[in-house]
Amino acid sequence: MKLPTRVLYVDLKRHSFSVEDRSDLFQYYIGGAGVGINLLRENCPEGVNPLGPDNPIVFAVGPLVGLYPLASKTVAMFKSPLTGNLGESHAGGRSAVAIRSAGYGAIVIKGTSETPIYLAISDKDVKFRDASGIWGIASSITVGRIIRELETGAGTRTIMRIGLAGERLVRYASVITETYRHFGRLGLGTVFGSKRLKAITVSGNHGFEVSSRKQYRETYDDIYKRAVESPVMKKYHDIGTSSNIMPLNLQRGLPTMNLKVTTSPEAEHISGENLAEKYLGRRVACAHCPVACIHIAALREPYENEPYFYKTTMIPYDYELIYGLGSMLGVFDEKAMLHLIDHVEIWGLDAMSTGVVLAWATEAQEKGLITEVETLGLALKWGDADTYVKALEHIVKQPNDFYAALSFGVEYASERYGGADFALAFGGNEMPGYHTGPVGYIGYLTGARHSHLDGAGYSIDQAAFKDKLPDAKTSAAKLLKEEAWRQILSSLVVCFFARGIYDKDTVVKTLETAGHRITSEELDRIGLEILREKNQFKVREGFKPGKLRIPGRVFETASPLGKVDERYIRESMAEFYKLLNAN
Amino acid sequence: MTRLNVVDSDRCVGCQLCMFACNRRFGEGGLAKSAIRVKSAGGFERGFVVVACRACPDPPCMKVCPVDALKPRKGGGVVLKSSKCIGCGHCADACPVKAVFWDEEANKPNICVHCGYCVSYCPHEVLTLKEAETI
Repeated sequence: MKLPTRVLYVDLKRHSFSVEDRSDLFQYYIGGAGVGINLLRENCPEGVNPLGPDNPIVFAVGPLVGLYPLASKTVAMFKSPLTGNLGESHAGGRSAVAIRSAGYGAIVIKGTSETPIYLAISDKDVKFRDASGIWGIASSITVGRIIRELETGAGTRTIMRIGLAGERLVRYASVITETYRHFGRLGLGTVFGSKRLKAITVSGNHGFEVSSRKQYRETYDDIYKRAVESPVMKKYHDIGTSSNIMPLNLQRGLPTMNLKVTTSPEAEHISGENLAEKYLGRRVACAHCPVACIHIAALREPYENEPYFYKTTMIPYDYELIYGLGSMLGVFDEKAMLHLIDHVEIWGLDAMSTGVVLAWATEAQEKGLITEVETLGLALKWGDADTYVKALEHIVKQPNDFYAALSFGVEYASERYGGADFALAFGGNEMPGYHTGPVGYIGYLTGARHSHLDGAGYSIDQAAFKDKLPDAKTSAAKLLKEEAWRQILSSLVVCFFARGIYDKDTVVKTLETAGHRITSEELDRIGLEILREKNQFKVREGFKPGKLRIPGRVFETASPLGKVDERYIRESMAEFYKLLNAN
Repeated sequence: MTRLNVVDSDRCVGCQLCMFACNRRFGEGGLAKSAIRVKSAGGFERGFVVVACRACPDPPCMKVCPVDALKPRKGGGVVLKSSKCIGCGHCADACPVKAVFWDEEANKPNICVHCGYCVSYCPHEVLTLKEAETI
């Protein structure tokens, strides 16, 4: 039986690597987030500069990867240059299967290379390739095209890379993998850039044994059947995550124009239904996922100066991208929105952070906090995507102090220029697209990643549309329970969309076939433990839960559950941390 | 006799469930023993190519095997006699569609037996199993 327990340590300064068996970590923490946070604690000294050589990048996968459908995520851990504490970001594509097939459960990358490089990791060795010739290439897509031709492993490899935003250290730069998947949040691309690491390819040929062939096949068939028959999976296959635009707009929970409003009569244009009907050109899946939730628009446009000359661009769209670069900026012309998404992909930026930063800048200019002196002549205006495209380039290249401030995130920019009340970040991370009610916000505030995915507070709000909102303490307990369980899912590295399929019994059963015996009680305990460790890391790096800022805008704009009550949020947060830190 | 058939690679989403299914026939996870491969047609934006054995009536892979480890299969393609194989790799080189894959651990080719196990795990109707045409 072979669990993925080997850890590859790469030193970018010395261009050397070593391998260590860390069964100790994998047997206790399973993989992914659990192993990731422990490798981060071991390898990230207290108080390091997130952009210095001592900030490690950790990638971790888990024991179900390559064995079962929908277990295809890679967890990245690092110290975030955006928030200054925990950086954790997940991506799919082919990354997880590639890492395990190369014979590894985790990869730890340390140091800074003196010259630009990219890494080619296989089951045989690690090559440190000179990337001087591709450094400075602005487009993440072009970088992928070049490396695809240079390296082997077509069909089973991952190619993680950064665009110019990562090189120029925009604090919310992303790492793009397989063209359409991202380690989007909290600035992993920035850390790549700080290490002069343009890309990483991983491939390999290892097979994975199971404890019982018969039980493996039976369990597999059960999961496969449930996956292809599930209505949730069908929803994400047909329209994709963007099927949530219209419901959120109808519920008046879709943050629009920097959350001045929460609905728009024009939302239909950027809805998943409209995009599918007019533009859907292809669906793509992560490795081992029957759902294929990744939806790609084919945008056919003429070249301006030449008649009958067209280009077709394939642009991915998802709920959060449409929120960030569509509704949040008042861009309801779907073609203009797709353009904006395309540029964000090319530069390699986090779509949510970018949208929130531009939305704040638009309102700041509206209110006169900044003028065209700061914006270098741009008049930022809701819905004006062409101007936003120009502003994006300035954020990446930072020609003046103002754009440099924007490249640090909305928290920093509003500290410099004012307008904190409408700077929509929580714990330093720009908000996702749900203004559903108080519990969503409690989730953004208390979640270890300040993400809607941590404890899914928005779903507690949404359940209260029909029912009653639980009291503040109950909400806290529910959030904590969900976030703790999700530590298990992200240690197995199962996609959260499959959380209904991977219930506790299924997890125990699949782990058993993978060679990992564990009880469901142990799962609960370890989930909570991982969450505590993540929070301990944050506190160690200066995170102060008691001092979390809540932008006033949240209380001004009514949610589907009415005006959001600050006392409810504060009470619930206090309870959350009390429960989290209780023995 | 049946043979594997790629009906419509434009429907392919690149999930690779066929590859994992093929490997699972040997009761293990991963892709090391898979005899089918899905790769992008030059990046995910261009869609996918399904590389699978065409069940040639006169298989080029067989003709270059120096030890007669590959025998003609009824309905097209070849059957591998593993004990004879010396792992020289000529078969993989000779296949014009590059559908002979390699098991690095065993140092032997992964040869498609046209069993159709992969077909039952393709949720997007890319693959079918059809009767081999008689010549």
